[in-house]
Amino acid sequence: MAITRTVPQRTGEDARPPVHGEEGEAREAREETEERWRLSSPLALTLLLVVMVLAQGPIRGALAAPVMQSWTTVFVAVMVQALPFLVLGVLLSAAIAVFVPASFFARALPKRPALAVPVAGAAGVVLPGCECASVPVAGALVRRGVTPAAALTFLLSAPAINPIVLTATAVAFPNDPEMVLARLVASLLVACAMGWLWLRLGRTDWLRPPARETYDGQGRGAAFWGSVRHDVMHAGGFLVIGAMAAATLKAVVPEEWLQAAADHPVVSVLALAILAVLLSICSEADAFVAASLTQFSLTAKLAFLVVGPMIDLKLFAMQAGTFGRGFALRFAPTTFVLAIAVSVLTGAVLL
Amino acid sequence: MNRQAQAAVLFLLGAALLHAGLTDLYLRYVKAGLRPMLLASGVVLIAAAVATVWYEWRAGKQQPQGKGHAHPEPRVSWLLVLPLLALILVAPPALGSYSALRTGTALQQPYGYAALPADGPLRLNLVDYAGRAAYGHGRSLGDRQVKVAGFVALDRTGTPYLVRMALNCCAADAQPVKVGLTGRIPPVLQPDTWLEVTGTYTAKRTKDPVNGGPIPFIEVTGAVPVEAPKDPYDETWNN
Repeated sequence: MAITRTVPQRTGEDARPPVHGEEGEAREAREETEERWRLSSPLALTLLLVVMVLAQGPIRGALAAPVMQSWTTVFVAVMVQALPFLVLGVLLSAAIAVFVPASFFARALPKRPALAVPVAGAAGVVLPGCECASVPVAGALVRRGVTPAAALTFLLSAPAINPIVLTATAVAFPNDPEMVLARLVASLLVACAMGWLWLRLGRTDWLRPPARETYDGQGRGAAFWGSVRHDVMHAGGFLVIGAMAAATLKAVVPEEWLQAAADHPVVSVLALAILAVLLSICSEADAFVAASLTQFSLTAKLAFLVVGPMIDLKLFAMQAGTFGRGFALRFAPTTFVLAIAVSVLTGAVLL
Repeated sequence: MNRQAQAAVLFLLGAALLHAGLTDLYLRYVKAGLRPMLLASGVVLIAAAVATVWYEWRAGKQQPQGKGHAHPEPRVSWLLVLPLLALILVAPPALGSYSALRTGTALQQPYGYAALPADGPLRLNLVDYAGRAAYGHGRSLGDRQVKVAGFVALDRTGTPYLVRMALNCCAADAQPVKVGLTGRIPPVLQPDTWLEVTGTYTAKRTKDPVNGGPIPFIEVTGAVPVEAPKDPYDETWNN
């Protein structure tokens, strides 16, 4: 069977530097193997499903131990909880890509990027959902020509400051209403600071979204559903990685380790910030978990609430998938450090 | 993975979500309030699968040799088969005694105590009893007989607890509320079996070794095995 090689299509918006030399050859070789691979993927999928159904007895046996059972439950729970929000984000992202003209964002956002950042941060209020929804939406904004600094600010602020999350925080901390204000202020500050930081230091070639087909020349329906399919398959795959990591930590790492950290003021903030990254809890529920960590200071809990919606294992995997690994490796640690610093400062002033 | 395989995965994923949402299966993993979103996203995923097949078929009719412009999706998409299999083939149970003993009690001081019916048998939610016993010092209970249901967990020393897992969003944030059993405890206790315990308030209490939270006790006079409730998690915090 003749193999026709895919010609990467370029548009003005997501032009990628031409590939030369070894890297180019490697890419071509990879595309050829992928070509052969994808010819048989329906067959491979069918075989995989049949084997799994036949082997379900042994699989169930292997998963019967309490550790494995709890792992599987948490894994499935994270997926079942996150998929509806992912689908919501993917639908919004497809709608932005297909139905909202690029000129809309040029008019809606201030011309100067430095001003567009806080506007985008405040706009995070309107996306009621958790962090899984904001990643595909931010990706669509970047492709639609929104300045990356503003799109990234939106990505960070939306899951932390929307009304559902703030209400949940108020319910979880009935005796400390200032926690809601502290969370709002600290999250907005971090999101805007990251946007401005990107304006100063960020380089566009760090943003390497994986090649995606252009929807030019297709009907709107085809473009819309093509975008939905692509985003679900793509972000969903990375979501699985994040869910597996979170389930492993929840099932294996004992909570007693936290006890040792609670007494020391500096260590306690760090410990809860790291816990927020590892647990990857939905931002609508994290306030309740924070409230139950009774032995920790309010500042440490604030760090947990500010870090969690901005960077965790699940988000890191999804950001790497949407914007490229090189971007995620720079963006995630910076967000983490900045979020802790701002939480401590906000905690000192407000709590 | 080509478009046909992707359509198959999207369809199966949507069908699995619909199956979980239409039966009580989803209650093992997420809060009851998520059901409408779960069903809607299942429908959207199935629609995406149908649309993919439809546009592929149309594109195939227009240019039969049209394989050249198909972009492969990354291998990471194959991972989506895992949750599918876990949900359809394994359908793991709700979190039980293993997680309960590894996590500290999440009991918090209640806002207030609702008035209890003056007479008759008193059936209390386990979280409600624990709050009244630990923070209200049992004043609203007196020495009335109460019935409390939960599943059994035995810690390393063999102390039996009756537990409900409380949940806010999904099982990843589920936290236990524990009540210790004392008095006439049944001689054989199997972890994870559901019991309805009849007993009275006792001032005995202990600290959870995991997080130092309060664990009240109940003076047991009788216990019968019961069916696990439809929603295995306590969701009173969501209301």
